[in-house]
Amino acid sequence: MSALLDVARLSVNYGKVEAVTNVSISVAPGQIVTIIGPNGAGKTTLLSAIMGLVKSRGIVRYDGMDVARLGVEDRLANGLCLVPESRELFGDMSVHDNLLLGAYLYRHDATYIRDSFERVFGLFPRLAERRTQIANTLSGGERQMLALGRALMAKPRLLMLDEPSLGLAPLIVREIFRIIASLRTLGVSVLLVEQNARAALETADFGYVLETGELSLEGRASDLLHDQRVTATYLGGHT
Amino acid sequence: MDTDIALILTLDGITTGAIYVLIALGTVLIFSVTRVIFVPFGDIAAFSALTLAAIQLGRLPGTVWLVVVLAALALVMETVDLVRRGDLPRLPRAALLYGLLPCLPPAIAWLTTGMKLPMALQMLVALSLILPIAPLIDRIAFRPLAGASTLILLIVAVAVHFAISGLALLFFGPEGFRTEPISTASFDLFGLTITFQMALMVASAVIFSGLLFLYFEHTISGKSLKATASNRTGARLVGIRPVRAGTLAFLLASALGGLSGLLIGPVTTLYYDSGFIIGLKAFVGAIIGGLVSYPVTAIGALLVGVLESFASFYDSALKETIVFSALIPILLWRSFLTGSHDEEDEEIEG
Ligand SMILES: Nc1ncnc2c1ncn2[C@@H]1O[C@H](COP(=O)(O)OP(=O)(O)O)[C@@H](O)[C@H]1O
Ligand SMILES: [Mg+2]
Repeated sequence: MSALLDVARLSVNYGKVEAVTNVSISVAPGQIVTIIGPNGAGKTTLLSAIMGLVKSRGIVRYDGMDVARLGVEDRLANGLCLVPESRELFGDMSVHDNLLLGAYLYRHDATYIRDSFERVFGLFPRLAERRTQIANTLSGGERQMLALGRALMAKPRLLMLDEPSLGLAPLIVREIFRIIASLRTLGVSVLLVEQNARAALETADFGYVLETGELSLEGRASDLLHDQRVTATYLGGHT
Repeated sequence: MDTDIALILTLDGITTGAIYVLIALGTVLIFSVTRVIFVPFGDIAAFSALTLAAIQLGRLPGTVWLVVVLAALALVMETVDLVRRGDLPRLPRAALLYGLLPCLPPAIAWLTTGMKLPMALQMLVALSLILPIAPLIDRIAFRPLAGASTLILLIVAVAVHFAISGLALLFFGPEGFRTEPISTASFDLFGLTITFQMALMVASAVIFSGLLFLYFEHTISGKSLKATASNRTGARLVGIRPVRAGTLAFLLASALGGLSGLLIGPVTTLYYDSGFIIGLKAFVGAIIGGLVSYPVTAIGALLVGVLESFASFYDSALKETIVFSALIPILLWRSFLTGSHDEEDEEIEG
């Protein structure tokens, strides 16, 4: 099957500093693919470049088309969707409005919006209870759920998640990973960036290791879980 | 001073303040969505009154040429941009949006010149001529600077003000105009005489602030503007184009500015350059609201109106001085309240 996302030799510069160098990754439809790596490796930069938020060199093919000339909004319209590390919620607006705006591109389709609310509230009952609450006043876990929910409202086909478990309590982390795993059944492919390498590799089909801007390792997630270099560096030395 | 005079002055102040409310709300709207402090806002209000005056005198308003010049500039810039990006399929759309659409009101004004239209229609023609001005200015002056700092945008806004008032002198000439009163009726309320014009000004401010509120709270388009103001990156990630949000904000602002002009036209003699000081006073109101809060801005703009009214009673020569001096304690008070707030904002922008 041809890949949904195919990134070839992608490089990103911040001024003179190269943050991502010659990275090639691919995501097949229905797959969960993870990118793990230490802080500062360039994971966030890579996702931002794929989304079109930062300029890059190299080729990004999504769904068979070169997206180089498409802006963020056009990539989103094709189902490429990012939940950034910084969440970027509408802090002074309600949970309901944040979700509603997630479906901004489908604003004229009342049926789609109603169904999407139902689906998101089904996945995150907590959000349904707090639908009138202002986003800024939510807990960290709820904010992450809202960010995920808002992205799901945008009809994603490939959902890119940047450290969805960052700063969350273990119980909530488990909940989030359970939901990520369930996205497969919704027909959503996932590109998952994580520092929580074990949980990420246990959830994913395929994995990449990014170090100082370059890929150092790739393979089936189950293989990476038992790879010596990975266990030593990212899984705390235990298998 | 006895209470009667105080009451009259307050009433007067609220009436003037009502106009400042409309302009101040527009100022906050534009700033929060685009980070532009739209200095020429008052100019737009003045143009609106001058346009109506010209129509009432049976002349072709100078605004026609202003809009045509701005539309031509915008069209050229848009075409060059599209050609440079190789995005030729969007050329017809650009021709429609920047060429044809803004030139419809001038065409209507030209066709109806000299006709004795009813006052409501005259106002509609004037308002429709004003509508394209701010969005076109946005396209010409601010959109190429997306991502520039707030200071750069402010400097450009000041430059735009001077350019626009220069064009206004060319198109409207140096003499002052007053429009015909909408109604000369008046009524008594608690022993005070209230003219219909005053009531209309206050009612308009209330109604249009209310509409703006409903728009933000209950329409997806209004919410998209709020979202852009709240988090630009977040807005882009859900597919809201900042450019489009900006155009929308400028269009609404144009409407608010135009409306204020129509309302003050009959009570003040306006010149091509009268707008600046009006915009500046409204800006004081917007500052009281910290350029974020619409309700506080509305209250602030009313306060400015009342302050101006009392100041002109005590010393009409010094009234502007008194109003603008009020900025100093307000700014001190604000920086006191929100000492750490600005840094957060910078982070969001960065
Ligand atoms: N906006 C920026 N400007 C300059 N350098 C940046 C910027 N964002 C990230 N960097 C640098 O790029 C590198 C990769 O950062 P990032 O993509 O955030 O890594 P990760 O998400 O893997 O922690 C780091 O060295 C970081 O300091
Ligand atoms: Mg990161």
